[in-house]
Amino acid sequence: MTSTGFWFIDHLWLVPLLPFLGFLVVGLFVQKSGERPASSLAILAIGASMVLSWGAGWEYFTANLGRTLVPLKFEWLRFSPTLIGNMGVLVDNISVLLILVVTTISFLIHVYSQGYMHGDPGYPRFFACLNLFTFSMLGLVLSFSILQIFIFWELVGVSSFLLIGFYWNKPSAVAACKKAFIVTRFADLGFLLGLLVIGYYGKGFDFIYLTSPETIKNLEQTRLPLLGVSVLPLSAILVYAGAAGKSAMFPLHIWLPDAMEGPTPVSALIHAATMVVAGVYLVARLFPLYAATEAGLMTVMVIGAFTSLFAAVIATTQFDIKRVLAFSTLSQLGYMMLSLGVATMDNPLGFTASMFHLTTHACFKALLFLGAGSVIHAVHSNDMRDMGGLRRPLPITHATFLIACLAIAGVPPLSGFFSKDEILAAAWNGEHYVVFAVAMLVAGLTAFYMFRLYFMTFWSYPKDMHRFEHAHESPLSMTFPLMVLAVPSVFLGLVPFSHYVSIGQLEHHGVSIGHLEHHGINWWIAGPASAMGLAGIALAFLLYFHPNGVPGKIAFAFGPLHKLVYNKFYVDELYLFFTKSVIFRFISAPFAWFDRHLVDGSMDWIAQTTLLAGNKVRSSVTGRLQTYLFWSISGAVILGAIVWQIGGTVGWTLAFTGLGLVAMMFIWQFVLQLLNRSEPLKRIKQD
Amino acid sequence: MGLLTTIILIPFLAVIVIGLLPEKQTAWIKRTALLATAINLGLSIYLCLDYLGKIGWSGANPNTGAGLSLSYEERFTWLGKLGIQYYLGVDGISVLMILLTSIVIFCGVFASWQHEHRVKEFFCFLLLLVTGVYGVFAAHDFFLFFLFYEVAVLPMYVLIGLWGTGPKEYSAMKLTLMLMGGSALIVVGILVLYFQAGKHSFDFSVIAQAKIPVSTQMWLFPVMFFGFGTLGGLWPFHTWSPDGHASAPTAVSMLHAGVLMKLGGYGCLKMIYVMPEGAKMWGTFFMILTTVNIFYGALVAIQKTDLKYITAYSSVSHCGLVLFGLATLNQTAFQGAVVQMFAHGLMTALFFALIGMIYGRTHTRYITQMGGLLKVMPYLGVSYMIGGMAGLGLPGLAGFIAEIQVFVGSFALNSVFHRILTILVATSVVTTAVYMLRALTRMLYGPIQDEHHEHLTDANFMERVPLAILIFMLAFAGIFPGWMIRLIEYSLAPVMANLQ
Repeated sequence: MTSTGFWFIDHLWLVPLLPFLGFLVVGLFVQKSGERPASSLAILAIGASMVLSWGAGWEYFTANLGRTLVPLKFEWLRFSPTLIGNMGVLVDNISVLLILVVTTISFLIHVYSQGYMHGDPGYPRFFACLNLFTFSMLGLVLSFSILQIFIFWELVGVSSFLLIGFYWNKPSAVAACKKAFIVTRFADLGFLLGLLVIGYYGKGFDFIYLTSPETIKNLEQTRLPLLGVSVLPLSAILVYAGAAGKSAMFPLHIWLPDAMEGPTPVSALIHAATMVVAGVYLVARLFPLYAATEAGLMTVMVIGAFTSLFAAVIATTQFDIKRVLAFSTLSQLGYMMLSLGVATMDNPLGFTASMFHLTTHACFKALLFLGAGSVIHAVHSNDMRDMGGLRRPLPITHATFLIACLAIAGVPPLSGFFSKDEILAAAWNGEHYVVFAVAMLVAGLTAFYMFRLYFMTFWSYPKDMHRFEHAHESPLSMTFPLMVLAVPSVFLGLVPFSHYVSIGQLEHHGVSIGHLEHHGINWWIAGPASAMGLAGIALAFLLYFHPNGVPGKIAFAFGPLHKLVYNKFYVDELYLFFTKSVIFRFISAPFAWFDRHLVDGSMDWIAQTTLLAGNKVRSSVTGRLQTYLFWSISGAVILGAIVWQIGGTVGWTLAFTGLGLVAMMFIWQFVLQLLNRSEPLKRIKQD
Repeated sequence: MGLLTTIILIPFLAVIVIGLLPEKQTAWIKRTALLATAINLGLSIYLCLDYLGKIGWSGANPNTGAGLSLSYEERFTWLGKLGIQYYLGVDGISVLMILLTSIVIFCGVFASWQHEHRVKEFFCFLLLLVTGVYGVFAAHDFFLFFLFYEVAVLPMYVLIGLWGTGPKEYSAMKLTLMLMGGSALIVVGILVLYFQAGKHSFDFSVIAQAKIPVSTQMWLFPVMFFGFGTLGGLWPFHTWSPDGHASAPTAVSMLHAGVLMKLGGYGCLKMIYVMPEGAKMWGTFFMILTTVNIFYGALVAIQKTDLKYITAYSSVSHCGLVLFGLATLNQTAFQGAVVQMFAHGLMTALFFALIGMIYGRTHTRYITQMGGLLKVMPYLGVSYMIGGMAGLGLPGLAGFIAEIQVFVGSFALNSVFHRILTILVATSVVTTAVYMLRALTRMLYGPIQDEHHEHLTDANFMERVPLAILIFMLAFAGIFPGWMIRLIEYSLAPVMANLQ
């Protein structure tokens, strides 16, 4: 271990390890001892790791290091003497930022779940899985090599699978967890291939090595035997496939809305604030690699922009409160991706903006989900058409929810305003005007659908009096995290973010953090963006503040178009058709038939032919035990004699003849006694 | 008497002791079997640690030579005129395989604890089989190797034919005939090697150093590879496996899929060592066949609803990865192939043990007739889930180490055609996930399908032990792979030197 001189940074390896221990202890030993020990242990583990990460964050940012530290590194898996898969802890500004986000939000959500999951039969299991997830996510963030990130990448995938399928009695949850796992696994195939390309041509897996200019240059100049394609964009795009799967970019987004089948704290933690940003983080981690290739960045940008628009449009038509939030998450992830796509090494504003938005989004989106959870807890329904007027029974939820809505809508001076403004400015400065226009449009749509949700839930009037009368504010363990999260949702934007976080390894590129210009607010961009947001809010106010028939009429007027959007452009159906009808029916089923009838059939045919031939010489076989015994004994004796003749020592010969004889008799006896009645070979004819 | 002979003799002595015990004393029979396998497990762990101590736990690989550097050698002349010796000796790979055998048989005895039908004969044959397996992994003389090989393969017929379920005679016959077909190729091959080497010796090292003529290697290598490959589940000679495993009793399935199928891969590796030129010539051909294995085994498994068939086809796919790794003739892929033998042995033993336990409760093996079992049998359910995760190559469990090594190794074959094969093989990570999750969720998740399943009990102590051991080993090998790689890479040096 190489000491960095900072206590907390040196002990960062404890940050993922503690939740892992929590997982083991809770998972193995306190499954049966009730709720209190399970949740306390889990919260203790994550709490300690939060304290450690805040210590490390404080050390890192106050010392203004801005460079990469490696407090721990070891050889984990040796592929060959030259290709070694290392593991370790990589500390730079984005990994420190992410562990702060992950541990803090995870801690709050653990606390929240104490109230939310109360009385659930799977309570200890829930906390074990939550700890497992946190461990995997922290391991992912601190990864030293691309191999390590792949490992934790899969582990977050499996913990997400376990948590989406938490209510495993419900068929829809089962389908959803399977879908999430398989879709992301499919994407990870791309990641795996990218890993192979990088491992083979780059001859190493460590991030520090991979993002160094020499390696990038080397990768750029290596060309594939096929078509002469350079290896660099290829590996960038393959790895991006994995990132797109985890961050649910179009067309791999289909698992995320369904993932809302999991308990709401899970949706908040995994499917909004942390795991889904892993893709963004991966691209950011390998940013120098992407920045060196036009095609790579272009892919990231275009898919990001498209997803953000696509998902925002769908979000305006949905009625399930969690699904609206899920599509909103998709849209915001697209935002982060496009922001990375417009950045370059010379002008890394988009990079900073992306990380900034990631942080603010984690806060307000977690807040939105937890608020939604509180609402669902109160009315026992996910459907916004069952809600309405809930601001009175749920005052704290309402207030915090409003803050989060304002933040995501980009109303100044809340956090979302700043991060969104920075993304827009990055797109504009990068001269990507189409992307800028899309992002602007999405800003308006976001405000609209969020306030549609807000008005339908908290204003309007109660549509279901029975549910309304039973609604009551959630316990303190649930409202406390809401209040805590509301604080950064308001103020986080005021942190001079680009002062702390920018593209790592700047020294390689001749730029130091101090030289990075801190973009103030450019009102030429921020003004219209805020106006878009306010316009969206105003429209939502008109349509949904008081219940009226207008939204229905508009939907009717658009007819088939509305139906198309409401059904999410039928992407799910397309996939379903492809897997069920094409792969299952036209590939898998014929293979199974082929195996049983042709491959196996030919084996049986050989056996039957032999049998037929055998019948011809059957007369020599009497079927009597004595005959067989006679032949086997005389065989053994003759064998022994031969062996003795050719010079084996007498002892050995006798020993082996005797041994052979005993074994032979043993086998014969049982075989004949027990099988000759059933005559096995005849079965072959029947089958 | 050396350590290896002791390891081979202990189960054989147990066979004799059990043979002498009265038939009614089933408890003592089981205890004897358990004691013998426990001693062997201890000895194997000692062997493994001691061997690692000898070669050093870390640092550069000290073995660079072309000759297999054996440890624990025991050598007696047996049939002098023919040059047949009783010659035992192990390298790192054999050590790993012996360890695997000990773990699987130990767990297998636990898993057969409830066995009540003809207990005495059952354990006799089971331990006889294991004697043969130990012998194969320890033998360093082709004749002895073959002798033990047959001892390992033959009892299977009786074990399946007598204690099996379903169309057991048919399955047993098919399995035995196909494996005997493979053995016939092997025995011919061994004789050819013996005469072609012309050194009047069956010694592996002597034959490998003798430089078999290329013209012989050219035709003999595929013959031998098919011979051993049949036991290793090589397509299209894998069809004994689904039927055989489906009919076999629990412990036999565990041992057969867990250890015996590894003899195939182990033999193939020996052939590559002995006939490097032939291997180079036929490598691509066998890569194609094994790609079919992996790709197609996984796709067929998607269609199956019988748990044993699903597991058998997943074995076809996973063992295909062993042979695929070997056929690439690349050091990294070799490492992956051997790790896959170890990993697959553990996970498939886990699967078959679980299937036996689940079948014993639900009396069905069809996933369509199950559902919601996680509620009534959480221990078994979670174990199955971990097994499934190991099967689909989840990092942290042993399967991942094997897969990633094989992929990295085969990707190093820098031609478009080989790359396409590698990509096809890599797609199995997705198809495997599909069938594993399908089986897991059907069986464990959802509402309980059958009201009789409401009152089933979870695993008892004797059932928990083997599951816990297998899961622990899967996780241990998955989290700390260094020692396995150390063992393997040390022993691969001569193979690689021959291939140069």
